[in-house]
Amino acid sequence: MAGTIRVCDTCRIQSIASAIAQASKGDTVLVYAGVYRESNIQIDKPLWVEGVGHPKVDVQQRGYGFVLRADSITLRGFEIYDVEQSYVKEYAAVLVRRCTTFVVEDLRIRRAFFGILVEKSSNGLIRRNRISGIYRTEAESGNGIHLWHCKQMRIEDNVIHHMRDGIYFEFVSRSVIERNHSHDNLRYGLHFMFSNNDEYHDNVFERNGAGVAVMFSKYIHMRRNVFRDNWGVASYGLLLKEIYDATITDNHFMRNTIGINIDGSTRIRYERNLFQANGWAVRILGASYQNDFSENNFLHNTFDVAFSGRETTVRFVRNYWSDYTGYDLDKDGYGDVPYRPVKLFSYIVNQVPEAMVLLRSLFVGLINFSEKVSPVFTPDNLIDNRPAMRAYDIEVR
Amino acid sequence: MQLYKIVRYVIRDLLRSRWTYVYFAFYYLLGMVLLFINRDLSKAIITLMNIITILTPLIGTVFGVMYYYNSREFIQLLLAQPLRRNALFSGQYIGVSLSLSLSLILGLGIPFSMYGVLYSGVIWDFAVLLVIGGFLTFIFVGLALVVALANDNRIKGFGYAIFLWLAFAVVYDGLFLLGLLYFRDYPLEKFALGGVLVNPIDLSRILILLKLDIAALMGFTGAVFKKVFGTSMGMVMAFGALLLWVWIPWQLMLWFARRKDF
Repeated sequence: MAGTIRVCDTCRIQSIASAIAQASKGDTVLVYAGVYRESNIQIDKPLWVEGVGHPKVDVQQRGYGFVLRADSITLRGFEIYDVEQSYVKEYAAVLVRRCTTFVVEDLRIRRAFFGILVEKSSNGLIRRNRISGIYRTEAESGNGIHLWHCKQMRIEDNVIHHMRDGIYFEFVSRSVIERNHSHDNLRYGLHFMFSNNDEYHDNVFERNGAGVAVMFSKYIHMRRNVFRDNWGVASYGLLLKEIYDATITDNHFMRNTIGINIDGSTRIRYERNLFQANGWAVRILGASYQNDFSENNFLHNTFDVAFSGRETTVRFVRNYWSDYTGYDLDKDGYGDVPYRPVKLFSYIVNQVPEAMVLLRSLFVGLINFSEKVSPVFTPDNLIDNRPAMRAYDIEVR
Repeated sequence: MQLYKIVRYVIRDLLRSRWTYVYFAFYYLLGMVLLFINRDLSKAIITLMNIITILTPLIGTVFGVMYYYNSREFIQLLLAQPLRRNALFSGQYIGVSLSLSLSLILGLGIPFSMYGVLYSGVIWDFAVLLVIGGFLTFIFVGLALVVALANDNRIKGFGYAIFLWLAFAVVYDGLFLLGLLYFRDYPLEKFALGGVLVNPIDLSRILILLKLDIAALMGFTGAVFKKVFGTSMGMVMAFGALLLWVWIPWQLMLWFARRKDF
């Protein structure tokens, strides 16, 4: 028989740690509203630990908040704050180590160093948490939700801001990230490293220092996410580095310095994305092969495509370009004149970044026009042979 | 006192001329059409930037030359009076520039304030745009008067003035770009910065672009520019450069006027 242990100011047990120590496997620990000055609370057996009315756990800068070290644990409904900051250890409000089948939900974490740190675990669900940090320098702050060596995790409906990275994945596979809102983080809203077979969809990433980075990973699927207002000298909506076999569909890239920065990435499909009012919609660096862009909307970006490198197998087909000025005599919905997304000025700026001071000058308009009429410098194979005449209907969230 | 009288007289004269109204109507229609086509104020301001940095210098140039040649007899008449040449020509200069700036400010200001620019977040961008338009008008009217004073032949004067505009608006940028490409192996931030300060049209364009926060696109150069122009010191410097650009043609014009045998 599973029992219930209650913790409150007037209860027999007044500390969360001693309640957990007294509980046996499968029990429920209910913690009622109040302030609990406890830290490093170890949950080392399968338990349901729930805060009723969001009791406050004041870690008082002493290490971790909760430490989960067993299977089948549910932790929910607490407010945790003042996690210790360290340059040596990764102190977190909640540390999950070697657990399978756990749930961490409805937590409110404030002034965190790391928010939720998960190591070598699987089958976890992390949802509806609100995590915020102290937001000073990169060295002084940690990540909101940090997963390392995990499998089959779900990260849902979390709100994360003012951390270093919002969500960080390293060696995480077969996991799903959905409906999270990660904003105003120092570095990346979402950061993938060496993580394969994952997908993230319906997330919003905005105003992060450097946007979202997906690096050294395979088989990642990105759908219906919004990347916006990542504006700064080294900011990207989405940074792809050494990515293979990914799909990027139905996303919105708005007002980023660079919408997608593609570096050494191969076999990637980009479909039905909206690129609007970015500095560069897409920037392609060397060693990227078989990147296929189809049915995307490119609306009013300063540059649609920047490309460096010689040979390429990047293909554009049936995209809508707001700068396209061709005609459609056979009325099949696609322009009869190919569109060249790389402008001469964009090509020059790639060679000499300082030339950017001439942006929007009459001279640049003239050379772009003459290059459009008779292309000489811009790559021949970067061309959309069937540019759409009308913008695609891509729903804006 | 003489100066003020002449300025007043020139402005009154121009208010009777239909060209002032043509320019006013042109800017007014332009503002209306722009806002009619796209109601987004901030986008309209970007489009307006191109027009301001290219058209106001052109209009200033053409109008300055035209005004001088048309009022040559009148100027000769005034020269027979006990007037100082400095006051006479400064008065002409300020009168023409002021009335052109007024047509610009009213012509664009009225439609934009009708669309609510006064209550929107872009009011400062818009104000900077108009101020810069005013500066460019003064600068290019000054240059035009210099060219006109130096050439008695109307056709030649017109040709040189237009070429001067072309040089600042297009040719300079071409040479600048060639220079950047040629010296691309060297650090170019300071060169780019200097090159922009030297040309009032480029300087105006950069000032407006930085207001619209395009600096992030310029990478490291942008960071340098933002650092230079983003501070109040940099703004003072930039507007100082523009003021210098007003002052130099003005003094040059007076120098020519003092030496000219009418």
